[in-house]
Amino acid sequence: MTANLLSVRDLKVSYRVGNGHIDAVDGASFDVPRGSIVGLVGESGCGKTTVARALTRVIADNARITGGQILFDGKDIAAIPERQMNALRWRDIAFIPQSAMNSLDPVYTVEYQLNEVLRRRGGLSAREARMRCESLFEMVGIEKGRLRDYPHQFSGGMRQRVAIALALALNPKLVIADEPVTALDVIVQRQILDQLRELQTMLGISVILVTHDISVVAYICDRTVVMYAGRVAEAGPMAGVLTRPAHPYTMGLRNAFPDLAGAASGTLTPIDGAPPNLAEPPPGCRFAPRCPFSIEVCSTESPPLAEIVPDHRVACHRASEAPVLREIAARTETWLAHA
Amino acid sequence: MAGTRMRSAVTYSNEPLVSLRSAELHYRVGGALSALRGRSSVVKAVDGVSFDIHRGESVGLLGESGCGKSSIGRLLMKLEDATGGEIVFAGEPISGLRGAALKCYRAKAQLIFQNPFDAVNPRFTIRATLAEPLENAGIPAGEREARIIAALELVRLPQPAQFLDRYPHQLSGGQLQRVVMARALILQPDFVVADEPVSMLDVSVRAGVLNVFRDVRDRLGLTAIYISHDLALVRYVCERTIVMYLGRIMEDGPTEDIVHEPLHPYAKALVAAVPVPHPDQSHDPLPIGRGAPDPRNPPSGCVFRDRCPRAFDRCASEVPQLRQIGTRKVACHLF
Ligand SMILES: Nc1ncnc2c1ncn2[C@@H]1O[C@H](COP(=O)(O)OP(=O)(O)OP(=O)(O)O)[C@@H](O)[C@H]1O
Ligand SMILES: Nc1ncnc2c1ncn2[C@@H]1O[C@H](COP(=O)(O)OP(=O)(O)O)[C@@H](O)[C@H]1O
Ligand code: SF4
Ligand code: SF4
Ligand SMILES: [Mg+2]
Ligand SMILES: [Mg+2]
Repeated sequence: MTANLLSVRDLKVSYRVGNGHIDAVDGASFDVPRGSIVGLVGESGCGKTTVARALTRVIADNARITGGQILFDGKDIAAIPERQMNALRWRDIAFIPQSAMNSLDPVYTVEYQLNEVLRRRGGLSAREARMRCESLFEMVGIEKGRLRDYPHQFSGGMRQRVAIALALALNPKLVIADEPVTALDVIVQRQILDQLRELQTMLGISVILVTHDISVVAYICDRTVVMYAGRVAEAGPMAGVLTRPAHPYTMGLRNAFPDLAGAASGTLTPIDGAPPNLAEPPPGCRFAPRCPFSIEVCSTESPPLAEIVPDHRVACHRASEAPVLREIAARTETWLAHA
Repeated sequence: MAGTRMRSAVTYSNEPLVSLRSAELHYRVGGALSALRGRSSVVKAVDGVSFDIHRGESVGLLGESGCGKSSIGRLLMKLEDATGGEIVFAGEPISGLRGAALKCYRAKAQLIFQNPFDAVNPRFTIRATLAEPLENAGIPAGEREARIIAALELVRLPQPAQFLDRYPHQLSGGQLQRVVMARALILQPDFVVADEPVSMLDVSVRAGVLNVFRDVRDRLGLTAIYISHDLALVRYVCERTIVMYLGRIMEDGPTEDIVHEPLHPYAKALVAAVPVPHPDQSHDPLPIGRGAPDPRNPPSGCVFRDRCPRAFDRCASEVPQLRQIGTRKVACHLF
C-alpha cells in the first residue's frame, strides 16, 4: 500500500473552444495521503473544478485530459478504459459537484435519489438500501423521517448534507467536494465542515476539498494545494503553507482575507489585476504580471515546482528568498506600489 | 485608500438620521391549509425592531439567512411598507411620503444589491445604466457624462471611459460591483444600504470592493447599513453591529465589543462560527443547536430558545426585551 491514496503527476486538461484551446490545467502535480483532507485553493477560474472533475474523469464534452498521470491506489486511472473508470466512480471515488445542493433532482424524493445509487450502482437489495439510507441520514445528522422529503423541503445546509450522504453511499475511499460550503451562512458552513471532518475520521477516508476560501482550508485541511492559472503554485502541510507561505501568490491571498482574531485596524489588501487569459498565457511565471517580486527571469522561464523544505513545494524563482519576501509582502504598500 | 481606518475622528450629530420604531413587516403566506396544519400563515420577517442610526454612522446587520436583514433594507428603501411601527428619516415618517417628496427620498436613500448581475439590466450599456438615475432625477443631458465619469472614478474603476459602451457581461464581477456602487452613489445619497455586496465575489476582488466601500463612505460622509452573515466582513466596515434572529434584535453594540465579548448566546455562536485564515483556531463544537430557524413557526418566548444552549423555564414563557447592558443592548433573560 502506498502512503498516498492519490498522486497526480503533471496533469494536463484542455478545453476546445472555437478553433483554439484553453489549457485550463497545465502540468499540475500533488499528492493526497491516506486519511487526510487536502484543500485545493485559488481564485475563480484557476482550474480547481477542472482538476477535480478530471480526477473522476467526469469532464465537459469539449474537455480532454491531454497529459500526465492520476495514480489512484498505485494505478494510473488517467489511462484506463472508461468502463473500468466507471466501476470506480461512487465505489472508490465520489464527487460532490459545485452547488451540488442545487443539483439534486427536484421531482424525486431524496430517498429515491439515494436508492438510485445504492441499488443500481451498488447492487443492494431494496431492504439493504432502505437500511443504508437510514444510516447515511444518521451519519450526516438528518432525521430519517425526512428521507421521503423533496429537495426543496430542505434548507441549503441540509441539501448539502444530503449531497454528502449521496457521496458516501457506497463507502468510497476518496471524496472530492467542490466548494461544498461556499454559498452557506457561517454557522451552517461550520457545521458542515465539522460533519465532514467527523466522517473523514470515522470512515478513514481521504477528502479533496475545493474552495476559494483559505479560512476554510485553515479550519479543516491537513494539507493544501494552491493553484494559479492552471498550475500548482505551492503545496504542502496546511500549517506550513499558511503560516510560512513561500509563493508570492499565497502571500497575496493571505492578505486579502479578513481575520477576526486579528487587530481591528487590519487592512485587506487585494491582489491587483486578474488571472491571465489561459488561451494566451504569459510566458514564464503565470503570476508575473501581478507579482510585486517579479524579476527578469520570471517573464521568460517557467519556475519548476521544487521542494524547499521537506514536503513543502513551491514554483517560484525566488523561493529561496521566501522569509524576506514574506516580510515585504505583509506590507500593504508592496501590493499598492505594484498596482 | 486602504491603510487608514476605524473612524475615530468622526463625530455624530445627536439627531438620528434613520430610526426604526417597533417596525414590523409581516408577510401573509399560504392559506387556510397551512393554518389548519397548525402553521401560522404569517411570516414575521421583521417583528418589533427599533434602532437609531446617526448621521455618518455605519451599522452592520448580522444574522443567518432568513432572519430579516434584507427585509429591513426593503423597509428602509420603502420598497415595502411597514405593517406596523414607524420608520423615520431625517425627522419624518417615510410612510407618508408621496410624489415629489418620495422621489427626493428615493434619491437620498440607496440600495446596493447582493448580486451585481441582478442589479443591472443586461441590455443596458454601462453608460445607460448610470444615466438612468440621472435622467429620473431630471439632471440635464449635457451634465450626465461628467457625472457618470466622476462616479466611476469615485469607485476607483481605472480609466472609466473604456467601460461606458460595454455591456454588463463584458465586465468582471468586481468591475460590475463597482458600477453598481457608482449607480447607487451618483445622486449623492445621504444613506446607503449595502446588502451583502461582496458575497458573490472572489476573495481578491472582494477585498478591493470593501476598500472602495469604506473609502467612498468616509469621503462622502455617508450613513450606511451593511448586511452580512459574516462578522469578519461587517467588522471591516462597521463600528456598530446589530445581531438579528428571526425578525428580532438580539444584540446591538460596538462591533469590537461584540467581536471580543459577545453577550447574547446567539451572538456568541455567530462569533465562534467565523473561520479565520490561519491554523491556530478553536475547533470546539458551536454553542448552538442544529437546525434552521423556522420563521413560520417561531418558538414562544425567546425566539432563539430551541437552539440556545442556556435556555431555562422563563425563556419559553416570556419574550426578553432589548435592554441596555453597558455599551450595548441585549435581549436575553440572562442579563
Ligand atoms: N467547458 C469549458 N469550455 C471552455 N473553457 C472552460 C470550460 N470550463 C472551464 N473553462 C475554463 O477553464 C479555466 C478553469 O475553470 P474551472 O472552472 O476549472 O476554474 P475554478 O477554479 O473551478 O473556478 P470557479 O471557482 O469559478 O469555479 C477557466 O479559464 C475557465 O474559463
Ligand atoms: N415576499 C415574501 N413573501 C413571504 N415571505 C417572505 C417574503 N420576503 C421575505 N419573506 C420571508 O421573510 C423572512 C426574512 O427574509 P429576508 O429579509 O429576505 O431574510 P435575509 O435577507 O436575512 O436572508 C424569511 O423567512 C423569508 O422567507
Ligand atoms: S517566479 Fe517570479 S513572478 Fe513568479 S511568483 Fe516567483 S517572483 Fe513572482
Ligand atoms: S432568553 Fe433564554 S433562550 Fe433566549 S437567548 Fe437568553 S437564555 Fe437563551
Ligand atoms: Mg469551481
Ligand atoms: Mg438577504
